[in-house]
Amino acid sequence: MKQYTDLEYLKLSGPEKFANKFSRFFFGIPHALLKFLKAIGRFFANIGKKIAHVFVNIYRTFVCGDWKTRVSYFIMGFGNLSRGQILRGLLFLIFQIVFIGYIAIWGWKWLAQMGTLGTVGPEEIYDEIYDSYITIYHDNSFKILLYSVLTLFFCVGYIVTWYFNIEQNRIAEEIIGSSKRKALKKACKKELKAAQDDAAKEEIKARYKAEIEAVPVKKLRSGKDDVRSLVDDQFHKTLLALPLIGILIFTVMPIVFMILVAFTNYDGAHNGYSNNLFHWVGWDNFNTMLNWKTGNKAYSAAFGEILAWTLMWSVFATFTCYFLGMFVAIMINKKGIKLKKVWRTILVLTIAIPQFISLLYVSKLFADKGIVLTYLQKWFHVPETFSFYGPNATAWTARITVVVINIWIGIPYLMLMATGILMNIPEDLYESAKIDGANVFQQYVKITLPYIMFITGPYLLTSFIGNMNNFNVIFLLTGGAPTNAAASAASGSVGYTDLLITWLFKMTTGANSEYYMASVVGIMIFVVTAFIAMIVYNVMPSTKNEEDYQ
Amino acid sequence: MSEEEKKVVAQEATNNPTAGEVSVNSLAYTTGQEVVKAEKKEKRHMGLKAKRILGNTVVYIVLVIMSIIWLAPFVCIVLQSFRCESTWMTGYIIPHKWGFDNYVRLFKNTKFPRWFLNTTIISIATAALQLIIILCMSYTLSRLRFKGRKALMNAMLVLGLFPGILGMIILYRILADLNLTQQNAIPGLILVYTASSGMGYYVSKGFFDTLPKSLDEAARVDGANRAQVLFKVILPLSKPIVIYTLLTSFMGPWGDFVFARYVSFGTSDGMNVAVGLQNMLGSAGSINANYTTFCAGGVVVAIPITILFMCLQKYYVEGVTGGAVKG
Repeated sequence: MKQYTDLEYLKLSGPEKFANKFSRFFFGIPHALLKFLKAIGRFFANIGKKIAHVFVNIYRTFVCGDWKTRVSYFIMGFGNLSRGQILRGLLFLIFQIVFIGYIAIWGWKWLAQMGTLGTVGPEEIYDEIYDSYITIYHDNSFKILLYSVLTLFFCVGYIVTWYFNIEQNRIAEEIIGSSKRKALKKACKKELKAAQDDAAKEEIKARYKAEIEAVPVKKLRSGKDDVRSLVDDQFHKTLLALPLIGILIFTVMPIVFMILVAFTNYDGAHNGYSNNLFHWVGWDNFNTMLNWKTGNKAYSAAFGEILAWTLMWSVFATFTCYFLGMFVAIMINKKGIKLKKVWRTILVLTIAIPQFISLLYVSKLFADKGIVLTYLQKWFHVPETFSFYGPNATAWTARITVVVINIWIGIPYLMLMATGILMNIPEDLYESAKIDGANVFQQYVKITLPYIMFITGPYLLTSFIGNMNNFNVIFLLTGGAPTNAAASAASGSVGYTDLLITWLFKMTTGANSEYYMASVVGIMIFVVTAFIAMIVYNVMPSTKNEEDYQ
Repeated sequence: MSEEEKKVVAQEATNNPTAGEVSVNSLAYTTGQEVVKAEKKEKRHMGLKAKRILGNTVVYIVLVIMSIIWLAPFVCIVLQSFRCESTWMTGYIIPHKWGFDNYVRLFKNTKFPRWFLNTTIISIATAALQLIIILCMSYTLSRLRFKGRKALMNAMLVLGLFPGILGMIILYRILADLNLTQQNAIPGLILVYTASSGMGYYVSKGFFDTLPKSLDEAARVDGANRAQVLFKVILPLSKPIVIYTLLTSFMGPWGDFVFARYVSFGTSDGMNVAVGLQNMLGSAGSINANYTTFCAGGVVVAIPITILFMCLQKYYVEGVTGGAVKG
């Protein structure tokens, strides 16, 4: 690839410029990848550094701290209490008591069973009184896994709080000056040892005494100050507490649990309680899913096929809606077009009406014997065998139909968004272009399009990822149909229009309830989306500088 | 005429033999050119006008066709909901016999009123709680600077890449342990909808990012603490985003049929409209019995939501476009 200076570049003809840009983009990818890998390396190095710093801090605080600090290592909040910060101290102490109580009474049992996920399954026992077999349930693998994860979360929380408690002591000592005084005393002793005669000793003593007295004694924050700061400089803690607790329990915990399930054999036949216990199986499930050589070929083949279609779907669904939506917005905003509001409102109907109504109804419109096919057969003599996504449809008819119907759903969003952006384009850009003699088409290509592209770049990425996980459209329209016989050998009834996300859903609700495989698919979805997102973010010129807008 | 005079004229004539002609010609030429120019100009003007009219007509035609395509399904569903002669899925649009049979069946034979009430309760509660949580989250991340802010935002981004559907199994079990399923599905659903709604802070944060920082600073100089800045300065300015958040979080529960089905499994009292109506089209036999009833239900659900949406459309558009501009 040739490097041009700016002047040389401007002299190039159109196609040459394009070729140059094109090659620069693709030559840029390895560089971006390298940069990305470096960033990851730096990220982990930073984490390592921080952890090392934490350990050094713990050690140093213990060695240099006074006895109150040292006791705090074992009784949380002791330092705060003895220095008069009653509120903080009590909170720490109560937290520690609750934690120890929980671990002693319940926690240790869950943690102890986490390695095996239960050993005694349900058994049938002959009951003489009723003269029949009754089932007695013992361990519950699901509960063991769930509660041991919760207990682990609690433990992590405890360790963080404990470290926080130590930091509190270190900071408190700095504020009231005890650490500095201690250091001064030490230095004084050292100098006294080295001193020769009494006069010099007296002089040193007097000097240090003055110095020690000069160390400022600041007051620690009282409980009242703490409470007040919660609506002032610590306001973010107050505001974030509730949302973050919710996210921790209802998003993070399920994700951790789901990742762990991928390493077990949890399914309908091993539900962990009423039939069989489930247990750890290591990387077996990933092997089944991904290994073309030794694994179950049905799974790897189905996974490959569905992943390919998912990516194709995302590309088509994103770009068709993007360009058509923009086109529609430009049409509606064209000068001289009347009733702008009416056109917009008609399109927006698909956003207003819940998707389960509109999509479900449209799915029946296009179904076999639905209204659309009936009229097509009546008026255009479409053959009876033709079907959009019925059981007899071909794979590509169904896929194209889904993409086309998705345009119906997707255009209005893009239209709204593009309208907003179009109105934001400064009018003087067009005026100066007109003076320079640009025609309407040139104005569109040189001003409108780049402007919209620049602003909606990040949106394209999120919309791409959103389409990869577009459960509603596929599930409500086709439910995955028509059936893909080859892929269905793997699990459930997989269809040609199934995305990874609907495949995942079918696994969990199918006959075998293969939760472990669903978890593997979920993790794979994450890996794919994260990979795409990272690459795009690194290759794309960053348009996300949040401070620019303030 | 004397000889001398003749001579002069002849001399003049010989000196510039074509002078008179040329001047006349040139005059004719220039005026002719001007006329042509003016004609051309007029033609071009006419051309432009014609072009614009032509262009606008094309645009109008496209827009009309699009409107028909966009409206057709909704017209169909309304027409089908008034069809009395059969409940089957049929291949024609206009009913042979009109009437309110389907609506009567919807309200008498199914638990639709109960589902509607359930969904209304859920969505009102969800809207109120989500508003609080999303505002807390977005305001903090947008306007307060604290340690770990960037890390928190990155963590949210990564968490958002996990497919949410998978958490269903475990969330269902947690709700079952708390006895918030089946008959008690309503509080359970409210809890799940609101608990992790903090993840959806992006649009709202984008809005707060656009408010000038000098507002905060001025209030701080005047001695307000951060809570006062939020409640007395920022919130009064945030009407658009408050309405946007309320609207989107109100509309969310109306469309949820995946998790709601899980939670209300085995009972029709805890269902929301989406689950109840979707069940009507669950199997082939069910479609034949309930197709028109589903249409009626769809119309009943869609009308109030659509009216609400259309009234607040302005705020929705602001939210969507604002979100796009901020990425």
